[in-house]
Amino acid sequence: MSLMDILIILVPSTLLWAAPLVFTALGGIFSERSGVVNIGLEGLMVIGAFSAIVFNLFTFDTFGSATPWIALLIAMAAGALFSMLHAVAAITFRADHTVSGVAINLLATGLTLFLVKLIFDKGETGIISKGFSKIDIPILKDIPVIGKIFFQNTYWTSFLAILVAIIVWFIVAKTPFGLRLRSVGEHPMAADTMGINVTKMRYYGVILSGALGGLGGGVYAQSITSNFSHSTISGQGFMALAAMIFGKWHPLGSLGAAIFFGFAQSISIIGSSLPFLKEIPNVYLLIAPYVLTILALTGFIGRADAPKASGTHYIKGNR
Amino acid sequence: MSKRFKSILTPIIAVLLGIIVGTIIMLVSGYNPVAAFTALWNGAFGEVYYLGEVVRQFTPYILAGLAVAFAFRVGLFNIGVEGQFLVGWLAAVWVGVAFDLPRVIHLPLAILAAIVAGALWAFIPGLLKARFRVHEVIVTIMMNYVALHVSNYLIRNVITNHGDNSGPIHKSATLRSPWLESITDYSRLHWGILLAIISCFIMWFLLERTTRGFELRSVGFNQHAAQYAGMNVNKNIILSMVISGAFAGLAGAMEGLGTFEYAAVKGGFSGVGFDGIAVALLGGNTALGVFFSAILFGVLKVGALNMPLEAGVPNELVDIIIALIVFFVASSYFIRVFLDRISKKEVK
Repeated sequence: MSLMDILIILVPSTLLWAAPLVFTALGGIFSERSGVVNIGLEGLMVIGAFSAIVFNLFTFDTFGSATPWIALLIAMAAGALFSMLHAVAAITFRADHTVSGVAINLLATGLTLFLVKLIFDKGETGIISKGFSKIDIPILKDIPVIGKIFFQNTYWTSFLAILVAIIVWFIVAKTPFGLRLRSVGEHPMAADTMGINVTKMRYYGVILSGALGGLGGGVYAQSITSNFSHSTISGQGFMALAAMIFGKWHPLGSLGAAIFFGFAQSISIIGSSLPFLKEIPNVYLLIAPYVLTILALTGFIGRADAPKASGTHYIKGNR
Repeated sequence: MSKRFKSILTPIIAVLLGIIVGTIIMLVSGYNPVAAFTALWNGAFGEVYYLGEVVRQFTPYILAGLAVAFAFRVGLFNIGVEGQFLVGWLAAVWVGVAFDLPRVIHLPLAILAAIVAGALWAFIPGLLKARFRVHEVIVTIMMNYVALHVSNYLIRNVITNHGDNSGPIHKSATLRSPWLESITDYSRLHWGILLAIISCFIMWFLLERTTRGFELRSVGFNQHAAQYAGMNVNKNIILSMVISGAFAGLAGAMEGLGTFEYAAVKGGFSGVGFDGIAVALLGGNTALGVFFSAILFGVLKVGALNMPLEAGVPNELVDIIIALIVFFVASSYFIRVFLDRISKKEVK
């Protein structure tokens, strides 16, 4: 097997596994940059995966091949709605952000499985008839070498993820909204003095994280698992959290980290069919994202510092 | 209304709110809540077998709750109880299958292995927190996944030869007893409950009655003040994580030596560690509170298994209720504001 053959298998697969992580990590950035810690990303992905699959199953006859894309919008709406719970608890009711995030995760799994049993009368949904399937990108696929590696047998969602990462970077770094969002996460009192509504900005941050987390879950379910059960989302949300931290709360950094984690995940699955890689015990690939994140936090791989005010409550008039 | 009374009332209100919302969810989805709660009650207390299972279930809950609560009291959030629980489980079973010793040595050795494994697993985030100021929440989450994958690897490649199950532990390392099984109609009840109760007492005594406990609590209240008073903050942070991990590891031994008597490859988490967070929160992070809230969650979890059979209601309803309880306890700010309003009216 030549290097070319390996890359042709590996690159699309890496991007396939990375896309959900990218979306969800970007969601995490919105929330954390506004100062609200969001451990609930996992739960938001669960909600997104569930609503996308259910919508897809019930409306495929109506919408046909556009179904997966509309299902993604539904997943975003569901995620945004669900994240309101986290926003209300963590911002208005001054709950500990981490505890509220844990509750989001518990609630999401409980609620979705409850609904699956209510609707389908069994522990899992059926298989969707139309998910995201492999495509060749027109025109670009004909570029020699690169076209074969990057633009054939790949998925639209992978490119959407990269595009969204660039948009999020632009919003966070270059727009007034982004500046306000960041200032609220770094020094809410100073932001308040300048007339920025801290509570409102934080609500925006959390709801955007819900929408993107839901999107991540919807993409994962419709491109990788094709149905919804208790094991559909198992740790991807936390891996996205890791990608966000490993990317140092920066959209493009997180994009890179998510792609790298997607690489590790895809190798741990398809690695046994590739030379060189099958020598490496699976366990190293499985734990790599988590160990690297710990090392990054510790400062061995460039220090990662969270936004200053993350995890704190802003109470007007308190010093 | 006294402060103490309020701090007891808040969790009770949270539980009631959780149950009320759970009832509403059932009504909306067309289930019969009365039938569901009757089924839950019967599933927990209806037969002596169920009662044994309830005790079996809340034993690890007590220990996981203590683990979370202990770290909380020192101002640390140990989300990694799940991971410490898994390595504890594995270590106990490993000792259980690898050695053949008389029971008086074998059982304590297996339990000790679990405690040490859990403590070591928690030592890492403790050290990183003390030495590098790395937030323990993220590190412990990451350590959970490392624990899951590493223990799966060890079961597959070291304990067995590509098997998925360690096989049963030797009888000399078991926590089960024929007597306990016979009085509870052959439930999986085991002696672990005694260890859990002793652990509650240890936590209370350590925190409330020793100098070390005073230091630990001081660090939890205000690190800077503790530092100024000449206490070694870093040492106390590491110590609290190690003790917390020891409780979590012991919880793993409950499953490894009692409930299951084996360790198997897992696709995902057991959930005990996360339920421990709920237990600790509801119990107000005190030993006694943890004990009672663990009983509540044990009853809910075991009773829930009867709900699909008797009332046709999915048992996930109980998971929803538990999550809601966590929500309401976490958001207790609004409950307290509400209680303050009421007590102010009384004064007028």
